[in-house]
Formats: sequence, C-alpha cells, structure tokens
Amino acid sequence: MAVIRIPSPLRPYAGGKTEIPVAGETVGAALADLAGQFPDLRKHLYNESGELRPFVNVFLGSEDVRHLQGVDTPISEATQLRIIPSVAGGY
Amino acid sequence: MLVLPAPIVEQIRDHLRLAYPNEGAGLLLGAEQAGKREISQVLTLANAFADEEQYHRFLLTAEDMLAGELAAAEAGLDVLGIFHSHPDCPNVPSEYDREYALPWYSYLIVRVDNGESVSYRSWLLNDDRLAYTEEPVQIL
Repeated sequence: MAVIRIPSPLRPYAGGKTEIPVAGETVGAALADLAGQFPDLRKHLYNESGELRPFVNVFLGSEDVRHLQGVDTPISEATQLRIIPSVAGGY
Repeated sequence: MLVLPAPIVEQIRDHLRLAYPNEGAGLLLGAEQAGKREISQVLTLANAFADEEQYHRFLLTAEDMLAGELAAAEAGLDVLGIFHSHPDCPNVPSEYDREYALPWYSYLIVRVDNGESVSYRSWLLNDDRLAYTEEPVQIL
C-alpha cells in the first residue's frame, strides 16, 4: 500500500501515527482513504466545501503534487506521500 | 510552556528588525518534554507573501516547511512552532491568523514597535479551530 507521512500537528488526529498506509490509485483517493480512516483529520484537511484547505500541501518526493496532476496524480503501492502544511498569518 | 533561551530570542529579534516594517517569520525547532517546549534552533525564513502585502501578512511556503521538517529530523528535533511579527500592532492572533493556523503548533507572535521586539506571546489553536489558548512563554 502507498504510505502518507503525517506532519506533527496532525498526528494527534491520526492516532498519533507518523505514517499511515492508504488505499487508492490517485493522490485524491489516498487522501480520501486517510480521512475515512481518521475522521477527526477531515476538518483539518478539507474546508466546508470539501476542498483541500489552501495550506495543506501534498508532496510526492520533493515535488508538490500541485505541480504534477494535483489530486489526480497517479500513485502506486510503493508511493510515499508527505503532507506538508504551508503557514500564513498576519494582522 | 514555550521556553526560549536568550540566544534564540536574539536571533528572532535580529530577523524581525531586518524585516520591519514588514512582517518577519520563521520556524521554532526543539524538543517537548512534560509539557515544556524548549526551543534550541530557529530557522529564519523569507516572507513569501506578495511584497505589497508584507506589512500585515506573512507566508512560509510548503517548500520552506519541508526544508524545516527535514532539518529538524536530521537534528533529532521537531518543528514545534512558528514565530512571526506584528509590526506596531498588538501581538494577539488575528482572524486571518486563525483561518490559516493549525492546531498543535506554538504560534509565537512578537510585537515589534519601530523595529524593536517588545513583547513575546505564544498561542495554540484549539481543536475546534474557533479560538486560541495562550501558552506561557519563558525566556531563559
């Protein structure tokens, strides 16, 4: 199975785990499987419209999947994905 | 509690002075033990927000965050939080801060008046994403 590496802030919502095996043939399917396994993660990954939050980035190796085919990027059993937050703020 | 040794505070202050009157930001790396988050490394980063908005906005890109995660892993540390400045403005989280925040991270907000850091306060986003809880800051 493909594996998604979870960043520290989201581990409490993923059973404290660092890496989660996921099913699916695309990045989007893998993320949906992850959210299905850990429903508490969903609100931090997706907004109210069901879209990935803007600060949630998914990397395949060192490549942001937005620069590939986004959530339609195909993955294999050996794929390692990494969720990396970007951080913004201000007053 | 967020524990900041004096040399770390100095690094943060220098970075935010250079960024002023814009917002400056970076990552706080360290280890957590028994509820104490002791920061032992700072990664000062460029503000990636559009130039004309940097006076009240900051952005750390996913590439910066990935570099931070890898640097932390190599040093046996964790990325425990993010610091940023509020130039000439109270250091409490804004609605914009909340919208883009993640739980668990310590959000250290530094009030910078006329280029000088004058106050350090840290905040944790609540699980429901609706509000923050202030985290005590100890400067050693």
